Amino acid sequence: MWRYAARRILMTIPIALGVSAICYALILLAPGDPIQSMLPPDATPEEVAYLKKAYGFDKPVPVQYFLWLMRALSGDLGASIQTHRPVALEVMTALSNTFIIAVGAVLLAFTLAFVMGTIAAYHVGKPTDRALTGVAVMGVSIPNYWLGIVFIIIFAVKLGVLPATGMGSQGSANFNIFDWAQLKYAVLPILTMAMTPLGIIMRSTRAAVADVLNQDFIQMLRAKGLRPFAVLRHAVRNALPQVLTVMGLQLGYLVGGSILIETIFAWPGTGFLMSKAILTRDVPLLQGAILVLAMAFVTINLAVDLLQAAIDPRIKRA
Amino acid sequence: MSDVNAATLADFAASEASPPVRGYWASVGHRLRYDYATLFFLSVIIVVALLAICAPWLAPFDPTKTAMAYRLKPVGFKNFMLGTDDLGRDMLSRLLWGGRTSLIMGMVPVGVATVIGGFLGVLAGFVGGRVNTLIMRAMDIFYAFPSVLLAVAISGTLGGGIKNGMLALTIVFIPPLCRVAESATTLVRGLDFVEAARASGATTLSIILHHVLGNVLSPILIFASSLISVSILLGSGLSFLGLGVEPPTPDWGLMLSALRSGIYIQPLVCALPGVAIFITSLSFNLVSDGLRQAMDVKA
Repeated sequence: MWRYAARRILMTIPIALGVSAICYALILLAPGDPIQSMLPPDATPEEVAYLKKAYGFDKPVPVQYFLWLMRALSGDLGASIQTHRPVALEVMTALSNTFIIAVGAVLLAFTLAFVMGTIAAYHVGKPTDRALTGVAVMGVSIPNYWLGIVFIIIFAVKLGVLPATGMGSQGSANFNIFDWAQLKYAVLPILTMAMTPLGIIMRSTRAAVADVLNQDFIQMLRAKGLRPFAVLRHAVRNALPQVLTVMGLQLGYLVGGSILIETIFAWPGTGFLMSKAILTRDVPLLQGAILVLAMAFVTINLAVDLLQAAIDPRIKRA
Repeated sequence: MSDVNAATLADFAASEASPPVRGYWASVGHRLRYDYATLFFLSVIIVVALLAICAPWLAPFDPTKTAMAYRLKPVGFKNFMLGTDDLGRDMLSRLLWGGRTSLIMGMVPVGVATVIGGFLGVLAGFVGGRVNTLIMRAMDIFYAFPSVLLAVAISGTLGGGIKNGMLALTIVFIPPLCRVAESATTLVRGLDFVEAARASGATTLSIILHHVLGNVLSPILIFASSLISVSILLGSGLSFLGLGVEPPTPDWGLMLSALRSGIYIQPLVCALPGVAIFITSLSFNLVSDGLRQAMDVKA
């Protein structure tokens, strides 16, 4: 286990380096001079020259990348063009907001999907299974940004029971998820966000549980006279580690892919930050947000792998 | 004793003769022919595609012609069968034309990525060794980005436009396709018939073309078909963010985003592009599932 953990952590380093290289390359890909994109349009030539030297743009690209990487490692991701505040600060505040809805959505999706998947697996091929699988396929196929709009119409406009957008008067600094007056702002984003992982986790639960139900020891349990529910309990225990992995991966996808949902609900997370950065062509902010999100994704994947190895003793990894 | 043997042999011969012996693709086709759900959704896709292709002849109005007097009219208003949008453009015409861009955004990136990713994957899987390490580790780096983030990152820095959007989606789909192709090829490479071909003097190229490709094609194609729905959703998502198709070109994602404010006035009309995206992506998903079952490829 420890050998595996050490190897897995070491394997992450080259990937993280590669990710940072891609994030750095983004600024080179961006149309126009990178200096131009970092400064307001009315900058004086002196300012341009100063920044060029300060950021090392007069040096060859690999050196530039190295300097940028060193600064990024020390927590300096530059300053936003629009707000002039440090990018690292902006992104970190937003990241905690993204985590609120992403974790909420994944937990909601997992709870529903696990029950649905288990029921479907128990009735493979029967109408119950078909109906539940149909719901799962719909969850994966629905454009969730559209679903968000539909939810706003139903719950905020027609029924008026939930707020449509934003994060409430307390803002993101003092957000308390145990206070309904604030939590209600997160309900619609979480509900919308949960649709895709609901479909994916349900399908993998169904496959995993159905796989276990086909094994010999299940037949033995049935022959022994256990009730269906007790049999299912054994099957679920064996399928759980696999499903937990899928759930962990989905959390990573939600954190990294929250841009559409946060844009619709004006939820002040990383996605909303990125969509503002795209509109204002705030390249340092965009680059910083992408770097932090990609690193968060890499870290979550690492944590999922390590957790799975710790939970499931059957996994003997090479 | 010999009588019994003769009888079983005859039985065996009879049972062998009764169902016609089919090749792989014929048996796939046979299984599909009785899978009515898949056939139904396949016909939905064909209808959507035909409507999109025939948009210039079917659309009753010019999809970009605005009319301020007819803004946000309901379904069935005068000649506008599906109402009008926020600039008074005919919804039906825009949906028909928008299907073109949305289908292109769904199929072209997946098609290109299948060719590139498939080639890289088969190469990595067949050659193995250092080539494999080089290709697959490079793919791992792109894997470290969630797909939405990678697509937004690329098209966000390159700027909007349908070309940049399709480029971004293609880059997003290459790594997963490469991985599927690689693992399928690695599996096939170790089988006896490949060794037999090599022993009888076949060149690497001809082994890949005649012995490997036929065996790895179905998992690759199945996986690619499941990506089309993702590509449609991602593509319209990019347009929704202002990163894909640019106005006034009709596109379902872009229409959704433009109609966001109109949704309070004409909810039904404004929900139509979302319905179109949903139906198309659902159909592609279910057809892909049906194909997977017919081709008997494990997920």
